[in-house]
Amino acid sequence: MTTTSTPPQTIETTASHDGLLERIKSMQSVWILGVLVVIVAVFGALSPTTFLTAGNITNIAQNVSIWAVLAVGMTFVIITSGIDLSVGSVLVVSSVVAAKSMDAMGGQGWSTALIGLVLAVIVGLGWGILNGFLVAKAKVPPLIVTLGTLSVALGIAQIITGGLDIRAAPDVLQDNIGYGRLAGIPAITIIALIVVVVGGIVLHRTRFGRYTYAIGSNEVSARRVGINVDRKLIQIYALSGLLAGFAGILSLAQYGTTTIAGQSLTNLNVIAAVVIGGTSIFGGQGSMFGSMVGLFIPAVLQSGFVIIGVSPYWQTVAVGTILIAAVYVDQQRRAAATRGKGVSTA
Amino acid sequence: MSTLFEARNLSRRFGRVQALDHADFDVNAGEVVALIGDNGAGKSTLVKALTGNLEIDEGEILFEGSPIHFTTPHDASEVGIEVVHQDLALAPHLDSAENMFLGRELMRPGLLGKLGFMDNSAMRQKAAVAFSELGSAVRSVVVPVGAMSGGQKQSVAIARSVAWANKVLFLDEPTAALGVVQTKNVLETIKKVRDRGLAVVLISHSMPHVLEVADRVQVLRLGRRVATYRAADTSVEELVGAMTGALDKKEGAA
Repeated sequence: MTTTSTPPQTIETTASHDGLLERIKSMQSVWILGVLVVIVAVFGALSPTTFLTAGNITNIAQNVSIWAVLAVGMTFVIITSGIDLSVGSVLVVSSVVAAKSMDAMGGQGWSTALIGLVLAVIVGLGWGILNGFLVAKAKVPPLIVTLGTLSVALGIAQIITGGLDIRAAPDVLQDNIGYGRLAGIPAITIIALIVVVVGGIVLHRTRFGRYTYAIGSNEVSARRVGINVDRKLIQIYALSGLLAGFAGILSLAQYGTTTIAGQSLTNLNVIAAVVIGGTSIFGGQGSMFGSMVGLFIPAVLQSGFVIIGVSPYWQTVAVGTILIAAVYVDQQRRAAATRGKGVSTA
Repeated sequence: MSTLFEARNLSRRFGRVQALDHADFDVNAGEVVALIGDNGAGKSTLVKALTGNLEIDEGEILFEGSPIHFTTPHDASEVGIEVVHQDLALAPHLDSAENMFLGRELMRPGLLGKLGFMDNSAMRQKAAVAFSELGSAVRSVVVPVGAMSGGQKQSVAIARSVAWANKVLFLDEPTAALGVVQTKNVLETIKKVRDRGLAVVLISHSMPHVLEVADRVQVLRLGRRVATYRAADTSVEELVGAMTGALDKKEGAA
């Protein structure tokens, strides 16, 4: 690559002929954003005075915050065509280790909270590295690896605690992070938003993100061009574990207790959100924005059904249906794209 | 003309199969050498051995006159040798500029680059320049490669290899899956690359394509080079004869 002359007009080098609107329209996640808008509009119309209030909207945002942190890591993992079933258990074991240690230290101040945070993140990171090592080096399929660590991590959490939740979050953690607000927005939501934005930038703007897509798109090609695929995979699973650990401390702050029995479906809910948001389970495709849209659909349905007086159990029915529909539509788009219609016109 | 890249007496055995049996090979700068042979003649093994994808049992490889040893494909890339694999090895979800620079991204200057931020617009510009110089059929560098035609994918793969190869370019069956127009395009591209002074090694089953574009033709049979012809002086019949052994001519003049 020594040439520096300007390219001729015949080869398109930017997407700039598309405005921002066009670019958003071309995203896989756009139609699912439409679904979310419709859901919000329907509930808004049915119950304008309760559903579309600042209080309810903050409530929904607060409910998705912890899952959002997990979804960031999950998006990376699924784009590599992997899966991480262990996030819920890693969250639990991280929060158990943190709670137990903070309990032993006994303080209610920031120093105790900080130790808890560091421990939770380290424990999460450790599980993530283990997952990544088994996937990349031992070549065990990610589904099996993380199904195994799901079980092992949860078991260890139960051994440590004897199966009983530990109520031990320092006051500063609960007051400032769990219940705290900044300009009316829950602190936990702000923290999650920062994680999501940073995660999105790393995924879409950096070389790390580019390699994440490349590995999921064609692992052989990634290896041939000299990418250290094994190391990248370990890093990506480590990231997912680290974020699960971080979510563990957020969960302690929000609920004031470890939630040993309460996370058994967390992994599936997060995976469903990421997939609804347009991330392909076959890898190579997906966006952080889509995952966030996918996360809000179940949360909005839950809140809406409660408000309009429909049994909230319908939420699980609706989410499952949307999941299948979302993947079906994605498959159709993919098929259309490979027929040569162009992926950006669907 | 001095020999740029040469293999002498390469042997490689897989169990009881002697894939390479004291095979020789040579290519000069600025020429297209076609490597032909029947299935199992050892073409792929030879190319793998020459590009750091396979260890050899005996023999030596000379690059610019001195012995060289590649342990990984990366070693071969380092000295300017690239391969366009038959399966192209492109990432279908990435666009052609992203594919071209995959593993060798241009980073933003300064702190942003250190943090891992890429200079996408520079990569797109350079990719567009590379495609247009090769007369490529690629019309946009921002469309995912998976949505392109077979010919366009092939030209992305070739452009990527050409961009990084400054000495030797190997092409493994580049026209096997292409239509008439696309094939013509690829053959033109090969000539352009040769005219830049690169050594081009073309592996192909298509004798007419070989005769159209190659300067010399080297024939492999049963793991060794059995003949070398000047393309201008030979014919499809002669090449097929050498490939199948009907014509038992050893190391033809060239």
